Amino acid sequence: MTLETVGFWVVAVVLLASSLAVVLTPNLFHAVLYLAAALVATGVVFLMLEQPFLFAVQLLLYAGGVVTIVVFAIMLTEKLVGERIRQTSRHLVNGAIVAAAVFVGIAGFLLRAPLVTLRPGLEADATISIGRALVGPFAITLELLGVLLVTALLGALYFARSEE
Amino acid sequence: MIGLSSYLVLAALVFSIGLFGVLTRRNAVGILLGIELMLNAVNINLVAFARYNGDLTGLIFTLFTISITVAEVAVGLAIVIAIFRVRRTVEADRLDLLRG
Repeated sequence: MTLETVGFWVVAVVLLASSLAVVLTPNLFHAVLYLAAALVATGVVFLMLEQPFLFAVQLLLYAGGVVTIVVFAIMLTEKLVGERIRQTSRHLVNGAIVAAAVFVGIAGFLLRAPLVTLRPGLEADATISIGRALVGPFAITLELLGVLLVTALLGALYFARSEE
Repeated sequence: MIGLSSYLVLAALVFSIGLFGVLTRRNAVGILLGIELMLNAVNINLVAFARYNGDLTGLIFTLFTISITVAEVAVGLAIVIAIFRVRRTVEADRLDLLRG
């Protein structure tokens, strides 16, 4: 067992446990906190794939931005603590069957697919390559992404503003 | 040495858990959390394939999906807040205004 193997299993267990907690815990506010843990664990998976820039993006946008927005939405729609935030789930057995079937389908496909096991060495710092690609071949896509973000921001403001 | 298939199986597990959350949650915010988990699993897949194939495009694509997901969550939660203002509930089963 190398250090990489041990690290992968630790991260995998943390990621799966927090993901299960997100969908199973009855308290919605706790679910958001577990989601933050799952998102950080995903960032660590990115680190293990030697992508520190994506780790930073994951922390800033997902674990920082998304969790904050969801907490605000819960504060606006439910009492943050109290009885109303407790929620029941429905169709637990059916949902488990469908989810397990989807996993078996993906896993069966993965087992038959010819997959590489050795990762190639890093030629250069991936962050530099990403930066060059974003202003080179992907420049128009990057601009479109900026337009999309502005549109989403205006749309969210329009939907959530109070009627006056 | 951890192979590509380990990352893919991990991502598939997270995806299935997220799907389970989407199917079983009653609260619209809970459903959005499940969708977050599913999109997150897809990102693991993209980065793992990009790393093991030595291809930069998957990393760029991951950056775009992360940003688009943030926009999607912002709009989705704004809609949830707007629905809550009108209907005083965010339970997906009771939001059947468009049902014929």
